[in-house]
Amino acid sequence: MTWDTIVVNAVGLALIAFIVWFFWLVKTKGARAALTSGGYQEQMVLVKGGYTPDAIVVERGKPVRLNFVRQESAACSEMVLLPAFGKSANLPEGETVAVEFMPAEPGEYEFSCQMGMLRGRVIVEA
Amino acid sequence: MAIEVGTFGPATGVVTAAPPAVPDALERETVARGREYRSLMRKWWFGASIGVVTMVMSYPWLFPVLREWFPRESAQLWWVWAGMGVASLAVLAYSGNQFFTGAWQGLRHRSANMHTLIAMGTGIAWVYSTIALLVPELFPASEYTEVYYDVTVVVTALVVLGLAMELRAKGRTSDAIKKLIGLQAKTARVVRDGQEIDVPVEAVAVGDLVVVRPGEKIPVDGEIADGASALDESMVTGESMPVEKRVGDDVIGATINRTGAFRFRATRVGKDTALASIIRMVQDAQGSKVPVQRIVDVVSGYFTPAVAILAILGFMAWYTFGPAPALVYALIVAVTTLIIACPCALGMATPMSLTTGVGLGALNGILIRGGEALQTAQKLQTIVLDKTGTITHGKPVLTDVVVAGPFPEDELLRLAGGVEKSSEHPLAAAIVEAAVARGLALPDAEAFNAVPGHGIEARVDGRSVLLGNLKLMRDREVPVGTLEAEALRLSDEGKTPMYVAIDDKPAGIVAVADTVKADSREAIRALSAMGLEVVMMTGDNERTARAIAREVGVERVLSEVLPEDKAAQVQMLQLEGKTVGMVGDGINDAPALAQADVGFAIGTGTDVAIAASDITLIKGSLRGVVMAIQISRATMLGLPVALGALYPVFGILLSPLLAALAMSFSSVTVIANANRLKRWKPKGLPRRAEA
Repeated sequence: MTWDTIVVNAVGLALIAFIVWFFWLVKTKGARAALTSGGYQEQMVLVKGGYTPDAIVVERGKPVRLNFVRQESAACSEMVLLPAFGKSANLPEGETVAVEFMPAEPGEYEFSCQMGMLRGRVIVEA
Repeated sequence: MAIEVGTFGPATGVVTAAPPAVPDALERETVARGREYRSLMRKWWFGASIGVVTMVMSYPWLFPVLREWFPRESAQLWWVWAGMGVASLAVLAYSGNQFFTGAWQGLRHRSANMHTLIAMGTGIAWVYSTIALLVPELFPASEYTEVYYDVTVVVTALVVLGLAMELRAKGRTSDAIKKLIGLQAKTARVVRDGQEIDVPVEAVAVGDLVVVRPGEKIPVDGEIADGASALDESMVTGESMPVEKRVGDDVIGATINRTGAFRFRATRVGKDTALASIIRMVQDAQGSKVPVQRIVDVVSGYFTPAVAILAILGFMAWYTFGPAPALVYALIVAVTTLIIACPCALGMATPMSLTTGVGLGALNGILIRGGEALQTAQKLQTIVLDKTGTITHGKPVLTDVVVAGPFPEDELLRLAGGVEKSSEHPLAAAIVEAAVARGLALPDAEAFNAVPGHGIEARVDGRSVLLGNLKLMRDREVPVGTLEAEALRLSDEGKTPMYVAIDDKPAGIVAVADTVKADSREAIRALSAMGLEVVMMTGDNERTARAIAREVGVERVLSEVLPEDKAAQVQMLQLEGKTVGMVGDGINDAPALAQADVGFAIGTGTDVAIAASDITLIKGSLRGVVMAIQISRATMLGLPVALGALYPVFGILLSPLLAALAMSFSSVTVIANANRLKRWKPKGLPRRAEA
């Protein structure tokens, strides 16, 4: 094995390690949804290449309202699905679309675009 | 009476019914899609036109004239390539800009998506080419210093084209919804203050009296208050024959009045109408998920980073073990892997086919609730049919009149009808109806006496009439003679015979039966031909059940099933390892419908049954079951096709150009499948759509 193959393989392995760490190992902390006077836990979610914030912390037993605002025209993100709560919504560009649900059990629930490429989590605390 | 004013708002000029928001949102979506599509097509043409030049000039030595003008390693060629580098950068910046912005935004969310893959693939090819062009001395030999601008440009252009095609195909799936919305009437003629005035359909309120003339559309749902007509309900129920409607009958909005004029009382308006709920159901189905998609979801969370890792591993392997020039091969392998693995078709095919399938159902009078039902329907092995109301009309009618005395048939029926007129027994109604249908004037009965479990006796037109079973005849010592054999024959046919005696002498038999719907037999034959086991379930006794089963061609019969045992029977079949579909209409069928893998409710049945079902057949015919299963099969057939196109083997050394082509092709497959579904026609059923 020559020096250049060693370098290539070392760099390759380092890149793989970086990808694993960057995409899978790091967990973002998440934003806590604010409690409004109406009794809803509300959180605005920006849809642009992903969900911002992509982790939303809520309390169990109180209704949650996520206000999605899609600010891009790419068709990828035109729908958001919350399979755990049986909800889905079309997100017309530039409009605020509210999705409401009741988090009954603590745990982590995913939401995603229709292709499952963009992902976010709802973290329900006890 | 302030409350009344509020309830009947429009009478005071207040419009209470909100206009349906659907068309507006849909319109905007269409406009937005159109804009996005045109933008993508501009990007495609820009990329494609530069792509052709780039492809040719990357290999000038393959072309006779160019070979002399631009020989290998000449200064001229270097300048041409430099120009290509600039042009391809322009393509990346304009046609491919969404890939780079998308990738960047994704990375900020620590997520990788198809944009990441395309951006990495094309970006690496461009950077490598540019380095090779500017500082060739970094590379050990001249064969390393070829440029791959063609890859950059053509891949970008093809992927953009694929996106444009996707968008166009998606627009088509909402056609079904648009078609349904287009069925809505725009205006309604309502009676206000004794005057007929035209108002927009949104302004019609519950309780309004609406006037409909021949040839006009029914604006909202309601109940006929006066007049009668034949209505064409095909757009909602799929029923092609006009349906006769009289006072008290329900009319459905969006159907067309054919012959007579009538007025009806609006019962459901705006988003509550049957049409609005059909539209909503189709829209809901768009967002529903099927099991196939769930697997896709799990995979795609790991998919993109995994592809990147795979590309790096491929690069390492080819660099270490591959043939010379190893760097070039390794690079091509990595770029190809990144581009071919784009999962866009994978994610798109499922929801698209589902929407098309559900829309197709809606247009044929079949409401499919969600993707799960659509996917399971094609796996059904056994279909359980409730007898009453599903195979049969669910309403007894007079089938036979046997004459055995001096009285002619009509006279016998007239007297029997006179007796039955006073009876509340459901079988009595059948006899009365038949007599009235023959234009017989029914006399009034006197000294009416119902003998429970036996029958009835009464005096009609001065004659004593007995009507009932054998026990009644024996009690009254009426000799039935040969009539008993007739009665046996009739009950073997699944009918209920009733002896008639006039003045204590046998006069004949009237028989009633719940008759089989005209198309039950052909639908059951079609189901059997599709390889499904058909089971009939009924509370009737074995003999009646067998008779009906013979008539419609069902072999397996579950008779004398108590209403509360229906669900258990379905479960028994499931325990046999079968995937079971259940078709029913009554409240007592609801648990069985919910128990079945797919529950089909007859739309003319009860609301409870419809709520418990996965699929509703608006038109009360078993043909709908056949069509629903065929639609399901046609839809699910499309999925593997689209998935298969995505993975044409992780083509080691498949060129990046072919990879991009394969990607675009998978989009084409999806479109082709959607079109295939649109041309779908029911198979194995005669054209006639009569119920």
